[in-house]
Amino acid sequence: MESKNLLEPMDLTVEELEELFDLAEKIMEAPEKYTEACKGKLMATLFYEPSTRTRFSFEAAMLRLGGQNIGFSEAGSSSVAKGESIADTASTVSCYADLIVMRHPKEGAPRVAANSARVPVINAGDGGHQHPTQTLTDLMTIRSLRGSLTHMTVGLCGDLKFGRTVHSLIKALSRYEGVRFVLISPEELRVPDYVRKEILDKKGLDYREVEQMDEVLPELDVLYMTRVQKERFFNEEDYIRLKDRFILDEEKMALAGEKMMVLHPLPRVNEIAVEVDKDPRALYFEQARYGMYIRMALIMTMLQGKRRG
Amino acid sequence: MLVNTIQRGIVIDHITAGRGAKIIEYLDIDTKVNTVAFIMNASSKRHGRKDIVKIENVIDIDMAVLGLIDHQATVNIIENGKIVRKINLQLPDKVMNVIRCRNPRCVTSIETNAPHIFHLIDEEAKEYRCEYCDDIVSVKGGLLDEIMH
Repeated sequence: MESKNLLEPMDLTVEELEELFDLAEKIMEAPEKYTEACKGKLMATLFYEPSTRTRFSFEAAMLRLGGQNIGFSEAGSSSVAKGESIADTASTVSCYADLIVMRHPKEGAPRVAANSARVPVINAGDGGHQHPTQTLTDLMTIRSLRGSLTHMTVGLCGDLKFGRTVHSLIKALSRYEGVRFVLISPEELRVPDYVRKEILDKKGLDYREVEQMDEVLPELDVLYMTRVQKERFFNEEDYIRLKDRFILDEEKMALAGEKMMVLHPLPRVNEIAVEVDKDPRALYFEQARYGMYIRMALIMTMLQGKRRG
Repeated sequence: MLVNTIQRGIVIDHITAGRGAKIIEYLDIDTKVNTVAFIMNASSKRHGRKDIVKIENVIDIDMAVLGLIDHQATVNIIENGKIVRKINLQLPDKVMNVIRCRNPRCVTSIETNAPHIFHLIDEEAKEYRCEYCDDIVSVKGGLLDEIMH
């Protein structure tokens, strides 16, 4: 892998992504062959914001590779509570660990860490900005279950403004041929300007923005649902007004094609009714399983890769 | 009004009227040491009104900052009382610590030592993107004043 860090999806070329997917599939087929792949290596998980899935997924991935983890899962239990800067924390932690995984509520925090760390940094979610390893998970799920990442219509629904997984997924999919986007959200939660101007418009991608789900469901190959995130709103009234705008239930699923994949980065609140879980098109829990294997592939590759600069 | 010509230094002409003070501030010229002539609201054939800044014995200034604040200004380098070089300003591709990110979710709102770095994304619209959070800001006219450090 050429890049030292993984801060956003474009840090990986399409070829590097393919290598990661191939390695992840090999690990899934025979995990026993990789139980010592990272023996003697230490990964620091610096989680300044609550997380279940992502942190467990990373830590489980490292343990299954024979490595070990150190870290914290809330800022209050670290030196941050004493006012330490992100740059200083990253400098210090890179004296102990071989790899840093960081989640932070502020956008761009992992880039600040990467600028002062002496080991590779992985962004495990920065505010409403990017979440590249969720994107690896999403891409691997689609690729494995659909067979390809090209020529498909992807509907992204819900909070497209603060939904970091949405921004990363659009960025990553923008490099694959024949991908159409249908962006389903209330006007207030549309994708940010930089996603529209710098990715969708700049690359001349086929996309449209709609406010209703029903009319577009029949044309989708993938429906990517997202949660309206309470923690991203400064004003609770806005959150309450927007949170129940899109709910996927059996009635709506009846409008969709037989092969439409329903994905969700999780956790969900109520945007997918529990009754949908038994539908074979509901693949969000399967997605979480792929997440650990792709993170195993990523950790292995980053620890073995040559660092740039 | 007449201001004497300088023998060596820089003349920044055709500054948008009202921007001259900002330019002196951001170019970080030590006005206690250097001789600086600052003319406000001079008449201009091109713009109606303009500001002019003349700095004696200083050649090396930050053209990127100047380009960002007022890329329509012209810069003349003076040696031995004559113009030896004219510089056409452009919006810089990258600027550091000149404008601030206004996104309250950006890491620069809490990490005080992190340099504020922006990249030019649209010359016509005068738009820059924050290196950290990707938020887009316009530096058009009065908008620039709101986001300057």
